[in-house]
Amino acid sequence: MARYIGKEINRVDGVAKVTGRAKYAAEFRAPNLAYGFIVLGTVAKGTIKSIDTRDAEAAAGVIRIFTHLNAPKLGPKASHEQAPPRATEEQDKSFRALQSDRIFFNMQPVALVVAETYEQARYAARLVKVSYNAEKHTTDTEAVRDRGRFPSQGPPPKPRGNPEEAMKIAPVKIEAEYRIPIEHHNPMEPHAAVAVWQGDRLTMFDKSQEVYNVRKHLASSFNIPEANVQVISPYVGGAFGSSLRPNYYPALTAMAAREVRRPVKIVYTRTQMFTGHGHRPYTIQKVALGAERSGKLTAMVHEALHNTSTFEEFSDNTTGFTRQVYACPNLYAPQRITNTDLSTPTWMRAPGAVSGMFALESAMDELAYALKIDPLELRLINYAEKDPESGKPFSSKALRECYRLGAEKFGWKDRKFEPRSMRDGRLLVGWGTATGIWGAFQMPATARITFKANGTAHVASATSDIGPGTYTVITIIAAEYLGLKPEQVEFELGDSNFPRAPAQGGSWTTASVGSAVHGAALAITARLLEFANRDANSPLRGAAAADVEMLDGRLQLKNDTARFVNTAELMKRNGLGEITETFEAKPSQERRNYATLAHGAQFIEVKVDPDIGQVRVTRAIEVTACGRIINPKASHSQEIGGVVWGIGMALQEATEIDHRFGRIMNPNLQHYHVPVHADVHMIETIFVEEDDTVVNPLGVKGMGELGMVGIPAAIANAVFHATGKRIRDLPITPDKLL
Amino acid sequence: MRPFKYTRVSDANAAARAVTANPNAEFLAGGTNILDLMKEDVERPNELVDLTRLNLADIKAGPNGGVTIGALAKNTDTANHPLIRKSYPLLTQAILAGASGQLRNMATNGGNLMQRTRCQYFYDTAMPCNKREPGTGCGAREGLNRIHAIFGWSEKCVATYPGDMANALYALEAQVRVRNASGRERSIPIVDFHRLPGDTPEKDNNLERGELIVAIDLPKSNFANNYYYLKVRDRASYAFALVAVAAALDMDGGRIRQARVVMGSVAHKPWRSREAEAALSGKPASEQTFRSASEAALAGAKPLAHNAYKIELGKRAVVRALMRAARLI
Repeated sequence: MARYIGKEINRVDGVAKVTGRAKYAAEFRAPNLAYGFIVLGTVAKGTIKSIDTRDAEAAAGVIRIFTHLNAPKLGPKASHEQAPPRATEEQDKSFRALQSDRIFFNMQPVALVVAETYEQARYAARLVKVSYNAEKHTTDTEAVRDRGRFPSQGPPPKPRGNPEEAMKIAPVKIEAEYRIPIEHHNPMEPHAAVAVWQGDRLTMFDKSQEVYNVRKHLASSFNIPEANVQVISPYVGGAFGSSLRPNYYPALTAMAAREVRRPVKIVYTRTQMFTGHGHRPYTIQKVALGAERSGKLTAMVHEALHNTSTFEEFSDNTTGFTRQVYACPNLYAPQRITNTDLSTPTWMRAPGAVSGMFALESAMDELAYALKIDPLELRLINYAEKDPESGKPFSSKALRECYRLGAEKFGWKDRKFEPRSMRDGRLLVGWGTATGIWGAFQMPATARITFKANGTAHVASATSDIGPGTYTVITIIAAEYLGLKPEQVEFELGDSNFPRAPAQGGSWTTASVGSAVHGAALAITARLLEFANRDANSPLRGAAAADVEMLDGRLQLKNDTARFVNTAELMKRNGLGEITETFEAKPSQERRNYATLAHGAQFIEVKVDPDIGQVRVTRAIEVTACGRIINPKASHSQEIGGVVWGIGMALQEATEIDHRFGRIMNPNLQHYHVPVHADVHMIETIFVEEDDTVVNPLGVKGMGELGMVGIPAAIANAVFHATGKRIRDLPITPDKLL
Repeated sequence: MRPFKYTRVSDANAAARAVTANPNAEFLAGGTNILDLMKEDVERPNELVDLTRLNLADIKAGPNGGVTIGALAKNTDTANHPLIRKSYPLLTQAILAGASGQLRNMATNGGNLMQRTRCQYFYDTAMPCNKREPGTGCGAREGLNRIHAIFGWSEKCVATYPGDMANALYALEAQVRVRNASGRERSIPIVDFHRLPGDTPEKDNNLERGELIVAIDLPKSNFANNYYYLKVRDRASYAFALVAVAAALDMDGGRIRQARVVMGSVAHKPWRSREAEAALSGKPASEQTFRSASEAALAGAKPLAHNAYKIELGKRAVVRALMRAARLI
């Protein structure tokens, strides 16, 4: 029935991206542009004793050097954190550069050199000499794990049932501790800003997942009305959560531009990114599971603790989804945070969920072996038919079908239960599984459609496309409901002058912005019908808006397409060159009666060379149920990318800190490993579509995060199956398997 | 980066003269390492002498059945050259295990020998490092040292030489031909080319100031049939070795006439194990023989806090590489 929804469609921005026509933040030019280079500090805590900028100021091309001594104070913080999955308004305590002599973390910006060229700025930056009054610092989460506290935001953790008692009497139980190191997003595109002032009006080209938030941040920083600030971010070369918050560099760029009275550009180096946008926190998790001999879970205790900074609170809600995965009457899943002298962590793809599910799904595997029950069977035994947390029904949940289909495709029935029991020549073969889960979130979002008499449409919303294919999916939705071809629709995003959209995070963009575009298209349809029905002879006379649809230049009755009016003629008759509708879509009341989640099942094969500890992920079958799939092509790409990232998290990724100095020692892609092509073998992603009429009008759920959630656990479980070694500390590098 | 003078030369003597004349000058060939280090402010030359126009890229048969490879031949061209593939396939394997295709296309053989350690402390100018800045201390000695040396380190430096190509050259007993400003050439046996850190970790090798590598001479080899280069690393490609092994056997039926065993990423230079070679010489090729050789190879290892795994990994890697070289697996 649908013409475009559900069909494989190439990215509408693909040609612009591969030909270089697509402009990323650092590529915008302005007349008389000056270049800033950030100087990073070298101690983890203390104060700046002195800064000697004389040599740097004398260097060729230097325009001005900013330090805390001469940088203007930024205005009171009125920006906010928007915390997926539940938005909470909180006073922004985020770090701002050059506001005092206080050092909060190593590699903190302590000066900014502005020069005529980038090279001059970078060279002069080396000549800035800073001395410190260093203080004793703590950057090791392990060292302060006993100082964990509950986050002040959100409800305090409440046990379900009586987990303590249930655990005591459980006939079978396991308990283990799991660790995830700090990880960094490492998008290809470095964060960048270009600030252009005209009087007290500011235009900011930025890499951002939420231009409205950056606008608010800049307006409060400079004490100007939000209307005076325009934030433009049409293309983002990957962000994965690293651009959800404004970060410190946009305000720093704008401050410098205002002071030197010239446009200024700042681009992070790869190294600067490691303290410039947050990280996935170091997470210690203790999981205890109690079960009957039948495999039925009777108690779950999942305690997580991770680092935050000394100046603000961050929690990725590591244990959040634990409450909703399995049917279990007794549960306690508290989250704690502890202060370290590091920059504030932030959301990183599948925040909380992938960390929490690594621990929980590893523990489920451990329980399966304690029970001698097939790991997949154990998950089916504890399948949650309704939301274990609220008791509400699921709006849709095809997880059982994901398990079934994945197991069939993978050949799970041929798995031998015992570890080290499957081989391929010298290699040990391991098969592991895990469950993936993510929310089917929707946030308020607004979109504007201008439908033109010439049969084209312009669609605008201030959302972002950090790579998932938002340009394309929104074009598809607009084309579908305006009855146009995709090439007749132009969709623009990433501009704070467009109607408000939420951050591109939480995998909620298509549900949120897509629903707004759907609503705006229906509003256009209704407007056209209203005009048509002003004519007493209209073939659509008497039809209600819900009875008609737009298709190929016609406004027609859905169930009698012979009754139609030509939209171009209709608009001409009414003297309309174009009509514009703006629509805000909000989560429905009905959603509150349901638990709305997306699920997946992952099946992983590893081959381990036991002599040298080398692990290869040779097969990955990922089956996800995330509502309706709008563009299978980009959706598969999303899930494949999730699997690849899961491989990296399981086997390679770790940010290493020398705690003596409190300094990150691998802030580069030489030492911070992510998967290369040779690490990636067969990956098959499959969707089990769900017909969900509750989540939103389009029936779509989030998938971007979902795709990686279960992967690290499934890999770790496969490694256990292959080798008999349970690795509870990521990443699983060769030295851990000897 | 810091301003520097760019000097283009057209013959090797002029290149050597330019670098001899200026104590802060460096040679520039493929630039795959030195340019990175300059951007990181680790290397701070005020002059780069560009060698890329010198005619030193030939790979040709040398005297006595050997092969001479030009210092400026690209890694990719060297690895794939018919003479190398035929007579020194161990070298081909080692080169192709290194870096990435793009880097190998740029990197030269001479430059490969000159590449510097990948120790994180060496790369971060805010950290102590005796190699980068003598007298500041060794950050890795008591710090993050999972990838560091288990052989031949000193209290001053625990860094490793990171390359792959040189491990094979050590096994093949190559000679490094160098030329100085007055045009005089000398040959350095490769085993004497790199240094152990001792009290002067800032010196990676035994080149005199201004000496330019012009060629690498490979002697006639009996190792074209039984060889293996094994590289164990944290990911499948584009990562430096945790442990590498270049193994070569000269076989007489099932007996080993002569063996070469060189380990990479375990010391400040490729680590040739004469002990392992002695344990192999004259013995039948068998897993048992290789196990005793691997024990001999790692016998003198002294681990740091975070790299004791390299001893066990090293043993296993030696056995594996020899098993492959002997075609027993």
